[in-house]
Order: sequence, then structure tokens, then C-alpha cells
Amino acid sequence: MASAKKLVTDPFSDNNPITVQALGVCSALAVTVSLQPAIVMTLALTFVVTASNLIISLLRKVIPGGIRMIVEMAVIASLVIVTDQLLKAYLFDVSKQLSVFVGLIITNCIVMGRAEAFALQNPPKASLLDGLGNGVGYGIILISVAAVREFFGFGTLYGFKILPEAYMGNGLALLAPGAFIVLGLLIWIQRSFNKFVEE
Amino acid sequence: MEYLNLAIKAIFIENILLAYFLGMCSFLACSKKVDTATGLGLAVIFVLTITVPTNWAINNFLLKPGALSWINPSFASVDLSFLSLICFIATIASMVQLVEMVLDKFFPPLYHALGIFLPLITVNCSILGGSLFMVERDYSVVESTVYGFSSGIGWLLAIVSMAAIRKKLRYSHLPDGLKGLGITMVMTGLMAMAFMCFSGIDL
Repeated sequence: MASAKKLVTDPFSDNNPITVQALGVCSALAVTVSLQPAIVMTLALTFVVTASNLIISLLRKVIPGGIRMIVEMAVIASLVIVTDQLLKAYLFDVSKQLSVFVGLIITNCIVMGRAEAFALQNPPKASLLDGLGNGVGYGIILISVAAVREFFGFGTLYGFKILPEAYMGNGLALLAPGAFIVLGLLIWIQRSFNKFVEE
Repeated sequence: MEYLNLAIKAIFIENILLAYFLGMCSFLACSKKVDTATGLGLAVIFVLTITVPTNWAINNFLLKPGALSWINPSFASVDLSFLSLICFIATIASMVQLVEMVLDKFFPPLYHALGIFLPLITVNCSILGGSLFMVERDYSVVESTVYGFSSGIGWLLAIVSMAAIRKKLRYSHLPDGLKGLGITMVMTGLMAMAFMCFSGIDL
């Protein structure tokens, strides 16, 4: 089995959930208009994927094979409901901004994918680390995309003015096409560093 | 007429994939061949058309604040809306199971062509997203059916055109890192830009 350090750091770059495994792309595009929602989303997803990996790994010997999808779904959905309620209680503005995308963590392929591919075969500690690594790997991409879009879109970073007032803001970076293209280019950069080539 | 407007809005102006980024995972995974893309698109239309109105009924008769008052007026203060996520996903999972059984029985070639991707519709965000948008925008039952159906058509349109583009892309020389996922994202961006032209239409 891989070492604990490798479990956590592998998903940061070499086996990044978004750029290499192509999972969880929807939310990576939708919540990256500016840094704040992206950071909140990263925390929410990291919590859900870590906790779901841990719980499913603890239950892995008692889950019957035939209904494992439904069990996984139930675990993930309950965790997402907890997250959603917490966000509504403490960070109402951000939760409004994230709108349906907190709920959509349920269908985020990263969570389901890690549960299915890793947590079902591995002991709790390794699964916990794997979940953490994937959450952070997802966050790295999310925050980079958000930083680029916020910088070009508003001329700010985390709400602070970076570019002079005269900068008008590039509306395209804030709209859907901007998100697609920024992520596409980021994947290109990341894969050129990794020397990862898709057939 | 207003239903037609809603349909046009859901297909072109607020395309569920190109404007809200829903269903990207299956979009990226299944847009390599036009046949698979069409099959998956049809399955999505079908599942969306059934699940959005079903979830509408569940939301309006069971979950919304005061929704239970049809059983007994004293339940009017009950608010179960925090359960909506888990109920919606359960409905979707069972509907997908149903579609899978129907396809297996009546259209075996399509069933084999879709293979692993059919169960994955459960985790296709566009399906759950459709239901959540329905709640957020307070649609009526007819509106939610129209919305589900036309969102599905919008998704089909996007994935089939992408599959066609990717077929052409196979013969072009790209930098190594851009191959596959990278260029697909950029192409989707250009497609989204083209669809943005529709946003000038006043309905």
C-alpha cells in the first residue's frame, strides 16, 4: 500500500481529480466567479469527501455488494444535508450565491468516485487521507480558476482591488464561456508539467 | 405560448450544460462517439421529463413548509424541506433503475451501447440540478414538465454537437497537453459563446 504522504499528495497534481481524472468538473466551473464562494465550496467538498470516505470505509465489510450504490448515496446525501444546513445557518450570503451547487455535491463524481474506487477496498485511515487529498486537489484547481476569473473579471482578488480603477472588468471571464476556456487552459498547463497525455 | 417561451429559454438561452455547467462529467466522458452521445442524450431527456414532475409532486405534497396540510390542517407548520435532497436523489435513482430495465427489455442494442453510463445518470448533475432549479424557481406542474423535457433537449443538443466536433478533432495536430480534456473544455467554451447570442432574445 502507498505511504500516507503519497495518499495525500498524489491527488494534488499527478492524479488530480479534475484535470487528470476529469471528475467533478461541473462545480469547478460554476462556483468560480470569485474566490470566496470557491473557498467555501472547497471546504464543503473536502469535508464531505473525507467524511464519506471514512464512513464508507468503516462500513465496507457490512455493505452488501448489490445495494452498495444506494448505501453510498444515502451516506453522501446525509453529509451534504448537514453541510447545506450549516452553510445556511452561518454563511447565508455565500450559501445563496452557491445556490443549487451545495446540493449538487451529492452528484459530484469525486465523492462517489472515491467511495467506489478507494474507500470500499481500503482501511479507514487510508481512506480518510485519500479523501483529504482529493478534496485539497479539487480545491487547488477551483481556487486557481477562481483567482484568474476574479482577477480579469473584476480586477480584484478576494474582494481587494488589485488593478487600477480604470480597469473596466472583462465580463466574458465571469460568464460561462470564460469558465470553460480558463479551465481548459489550466488543464493544458497542468498536463504539460505532468507530461500526461490522453489517447 | 408561455410554455413555448419557457422551452426556448431552457434549450437555448439558459442551456443546462452551457450556461449552468450541469452534467459535465458524462458530457466529457461520452462525447467521443455520436451514437453513444445520442443514446445518452435521449436517456437524459427521458429521465429528466419523468423526474422533474415527480419531484415537483413530492416537494409540493410532502416537503414544502405547510405541504402536509392536505392530510390534516394541524400539520400546516411542518417543514420537511431539509429532506428534499435525499428524497430527490432517491426518486432519481429509482427512475434510472426503471429506465434501465425498460431499455434492457425493449431496446437491447441501446442498452449495451450505453453500458456503464446508464447507472451513472443517477450521478449526472443535470438531473438533480433540474429538480433543484424547479424548486428554486417555483414552477407549476406543467411548467416543470416542460422545463424537464426542454432541459433534456438542450443537453442532447450540446452533447451531440460536441461529439461531432470531437470526431473532427481527432485528425488535427494538437499540443500533447491539450489533447482530450483540455481542447474539449476550450471547444465547449466556444460553443457556450455561440449560445450566448441567444441571450439577446427577449421573451
